[in-house]
Amino acid sequence: MAELTLVEAVRAALGRALEEDPKVILFGEDVGIDGGVFRATDGLVQRYGFDRVRDTPLSEALIAGMAVGAAAHGMRPVAEVQFMGFIYPAIDQLVNHASRLRTRTRGRLTCPMVLRAPYGGGIHAPEHHSESTESMLAHIPGLRVVVPSSPARAYGLLLAAIRDPDPVVFLEPKRIYRALREDVNDDGTALPLDQAFLLREGSDVTLVTWGAMVVETLEAASALAGRGIQAEVIDLATLKPLDTATILASVAKTGRCVIVHEAAMTAGLGAEVAAQIAERGLTSLLAPVRRVAGYDTVMPLPRLEGRYMPGAGRIVLAVEDAMAFA
Amino acid sequence: MRKHMASFEIDCTAYLNADGAPLGDLPDFAGDTETVVALYRAMVRTRAFDTKAIALQRTGRLGTYASCLGQEAIGVGAASAMEPGDVLLPSFREHAAQLRRGVTPVESLLYWGGDERGSDFAGPRNDFPVCIPVASQFPHAAGVALAMSLNREKAVAVAIGGDGSTSKGEFYEALNLVGLWTLPAVFVINNNQWAISVRRREQSAAKTLAQKAIAAGMPGEQADGNDVIAVRDAVSRALARAREGAGGTLIECLSYRLGDHTTADDARRYREDEEVKAHWKEEPIARLRAWLVAEHGWSKTDEESLLRGAADEMDAAAEAYLATEPEQAASMFDHLYETLPGDLTTQRAEVSDG
Repeated sequence: MAELTLVEAVRAALGRALEEDPKVILFGEDVGIDGGVFRATDGLVQRYGFDRVRDTPLSEALIAGMAVGAAAHGMRPVAEVQFMGFIYPAIDQLVNHASRLRTRTRGRLTCPMVLRAPYGGGIHAPEHHSESTESMLAHIPGLRVVVPSSPARAYGLLLAAIRDPDPVVFLEPKRIYRALREDVNDDGTALPLDQAFLLREGSDVTLVTWGAMVVETLEAASALAGRGIQAEVIDLATLKPLDTATILASVAKTGRCVIVHEAAMTAGLGAEVAAQIAERGLTSLLAPVRRVAGYDTVMPLPRLEGRYMPGAGRIVLAVEDAMAFA
Repeated sequence: MRKHMASFEIDCTAYLNADGAPLGDLPDFAGDTETVVALYRAMVRTRAFDTKAIALQRTGRLGTYASCLGQEAIGVGAASAMEPGDVLLPSFREHAAQLRRGVTPVESLLYWGGDERGSDFAGPRNDFPVCIPVASQFPHAAGVALAMSLNREKAVAVAIGGDGSTSKGEFYEALNLVGLWTLPAVFVINNNQWAISVRRREQSAAKTLAQKAIAAGMPGEQADGNDVIAVRDAVSRALARAREGAGGTLIECLSYRLGDHTTADDARRYREDEEVKAHWKEEPIARLRAWLVAEHGWSKTDEESLLRGAADEMDAAAEAYLATEPEQAASMFDHLYETLPGDLTTQRAEVSDG
């Protein structure tokens, strides 16, 4: 057992996957000698060689498309896009090929690939390096979208993603790459995909979130507990497909729900969560579902990003609002 | 001071002129009657398939279909040079290559008739289904070639795209990588002179499309795409190079799209019939037939029997296609993931017939 940061846990999972399966290969921009701009692949090329850990040219569409081709031909590619802001040329490959190769060949060809990308704001990065556009990806049938929120979950979920027989986009919340350490047992044990994690039990309100916002949401839950409000905190972890059972069971218990995400509000994944509750859990609601999200603006540059990112204060206010309703 | 840094040449391989007369010495395989008759048969069979597919579409029994009329030599030449263990990654127009690789006419009609089972080929199990988003198959070919290379397969990924595809970023990105990593991939360009309504000369100022390989640090060459011997020869040489570990090749095959872009297109809106008529004089089947008659004793009886056999095969294929029951509606869920996620079982039940 070692105390690892989230990015170290990602590296441990990648190393474990390379170790246990010769079909696993890594490629992306600067993932070799440089070890990735966040050091997620640090040391792996030295251990596993240039054949299996490869620097690619600057070509995001190629990186994703090459992963599709290699996966369909029997490999287990784990490709990296350096920042989510540069994933868009790769989306053609995700929408048109990775997500549908199994369907369109009736299972003859499959696409067991992982596309990793750091995402999200709050690290004072340059323009185009801070967005959270995961709901675009979560809209694509046939894809899995997974977001870890702690070192242990990063390790277990990434291993599960690599072993999964279908394509997974694995979005890493870079703001908490090094924010906390956690005991991670590098024994190759995966965590289940398609399942939300109950991080804190409570009876008054359900807080649904994922990724880096788990930190602020747990902080808000602690603050609320000091005021006698018991918040239940759910980390969705897999955004596609959504674990609605866990959400609905919690809301049935608490009667209130506040959804927290860093991505822009409109058509964000929070809307889908709210719609699921409206369709299947309306009668258990004691207050309207609230969303605390990024504004529907262009992600500001670093000077204003603090005002854009939802903080614990906004979450507490939304919960108090929900508690005060009728 | 300025000094010269690079220069390049692009060659074009051609063996038969438009009348089927040899332009010089032919490659060895052209002396083998069985081999060249097989090439001819494959082209005639492709044209019979094409004719049948268009007839089915015009009578409302097939979806939108992209004809390969006049470009049969490219797919047949390329596929006939390939080994079964190679992988074909075709664009939507490469019926000739697919049929030659062992995709059945029924499977292809099923696909164009709107049934996914048509891409579940019984034959070339590792070949990719047709690629409709233009040029997006080239990165796949790079990935397949990477897998082949890591697995020491001695196999080659062969991607085919149109002239328009060479304007796309994914073409350049993949070409660059094949050159950089010396991958066993051959990119074949079916330059049929038209990307829907845009002429080749309006697509790129490059004198040849083959020269795009030079910037990727790999060989590029042209072949007469109406000369199946030239295409097969050029692709064979490229495949041999790739198998030896010497890397990829870009081969631009010069041909002409004698038909519409697809059955949903009307090419008369943007090109003159006279131009099309002139290109009929260069088409690949008549050219090879003339040469077979002159050099390989191809008789009128051989010809009639081949045409009748191909037409009969396509009639039977059409009947089998039309008699194929549609899949159960719930099948749209059955290959979405290996295991259907819980919430989708509810949606699946909604469309379930049984």
